[in-house]
Amino acid sequence: MNWPIIIVIGIVVILVVVIIGIYNGLVQRRLRVDEAFAQIEVQLKRRHDLIPNLVNAVKGYMGFEQKVLTDVTNARAAAVAAGAQGPTQQAAAENALTGTLRSLFAVVENYPELKANENVLSLQEQLTTTENQISFSRQHYNATVLDYNTNIQTFPSVLIAGPFGFTKRDFFDAEPEAANVPNVDLSLS
Amino acid sequence: MATRSSFYGQISANKRNSLLMAAFVIAIFALLGFTIGYAMFGTPAGGVATTAFALAIGSISGVATYFGGDKLVLTVSGARPVDATTAPQLLNVVQEMAIAANVPMPAVYIIDDTAPNAFATGRDPAHASIAITTGLLEKLDREELQGVIGHELSHVRNLDIRFSLVVGVMVGAIAILADFFLRFTFWGGGSRRSDRDSGGNGAAAVIAIVAIVLAILAPMISRFIQLAVSRQREYLADASSVELTRNPYGLERALAKIGGDKEVLEVANRGTQHMYFTNPIKKFEARSSGLMSTHPPILDRINRLRELTGEAPLEAAEAATLTGLE
Repeated sequence: MNWPIIIVIGIVVILVVVIIGIYNGLVQRRLRVDEAFAQIEVQLKRRHDLIPNLVNAVKGYMGFEQKVLTDVTNARAAAVAAGAQGPTQQAAAENALTGTLRSLFAVVENYPELKANENVLSLQEQLTTTENQISFSRQHYNATVLDYNTNIQTFPSVLIAGPFGFTKRDFFDAEPEAANVPNVDLSLS
Repeated sequence: MATRSSFYGQISANKRNSLLMAAFVIAIFALLGFTIGYAMFGTPAGGVATTAFALAIGSISGVATYFGGDKLVLTVSGARPVDATTAPQLLNVVQEMAIAANVPMPAVYIIDDTAPNAFATGRDPAHASIAITTGLLEKLDREELQGVIGHELSHVRNLDIRFSLVVGVMVGAIAILADFFLRFTFWGGGSRRSDRDSGGNGAAAVIAIVAIVLAILAPMISRFIQLAVSRQREYLADASSVELTRNPYGLERALAKIGGDKEVLEVANRGTQHMYFTNPIKKFEARSSGLMSTHPPILDRINRLRELTGEAPLEAAEAATLTGLE
């Protein structure tokens, strides 16, 4: 064996090791995105399951405001249907559902017997926490998507991402009003 | 992203500081042990023997605290575990904040005490516990509770809880060793000295004085370190809580309510006070302006939150009526 061959083999081995490292990094990031999305879906599912119970619990009291209830029911059906259409459509349908739920809770405020009903209170708490968990999971999911998308578009991983079929993921978009969050400066000065 | 890097910075700083603090304890232990042994037995060999003894005791208590300190703190504070059936809203809020902070769901405990307060403990996020008093649950609404839980989970995520455990061991162990020595010198030391030859006692006397000075100073120095680092991380945890909840008002109102509450938390003591949401020993905080408090004044914490939202700081008179602070 002579030196040039050894050097070539050495370079090839190093290249292969580097490629394996980058590939594994990409797979790990993609798994994190999937995992974060699964977390959102668990909570969306929970919300979809809670809504019929809430509608049943308040139906008898709200004789004059059936429209609010049908809005919620329709928005829920649309959100369930949007589940298969990818994060962007799903986020839009879920945001519409959040809006109808808010108007429902605003209406509930006008009915003292409903506000005092243990079952309604418990459902309201469960829906509140589910909604909060959805919004916190969404932040986490969007952060993992940002990390993944940045990674597949930057050098050197961009060279590997294309051939191995790593494609961009969609954000789960926040509601418009949620964009106005206060800017937090964590510096200790 | 400034927010991101600052808490990642805090996590690595806490890992490093926990190690440094452990090294500091070992060094102080060795130094104290050697000087005390020298003073007691009059020979360097005696010093070495005492050092070995002190280090053995120290490492046993250190390892025990690292792995069991959280359980000890919870037991001492009279905390009982709760689940989704006994405290559904509290569990929901903790779950929300755990998702926001991206840490596993911690074990949740309740302390039966009407003074509103909370603390977090454990060695890492996977082995973390949060304890809340019944007073806090009764007095705060959902948003305020979220702010407080966000603060506690920031301590968990930033590994402040590990540092607190290590600091707890340090302050405790050094105090015990110094105390042990001082008692020994004043009760048993005298008779031993009369047995010895009078020749060569000059050096021994100097060593004895050094030992006494060290024994008095070491606990104070370690205590000051505990205080200084603990105040800084309260501000950071407040800011992190706002970052998690995206809502500075809940935490601000919670601080105002708790600050205005006059009740004293009976289960807190000198060893656990630095872990709480606000200083549980109120009289102590009011009397001492800064140097000796484990927590920054509540008014300062409120004003820093108001800075985030662009509001003017509270005037002194306004603050006095709102928070009831002296």
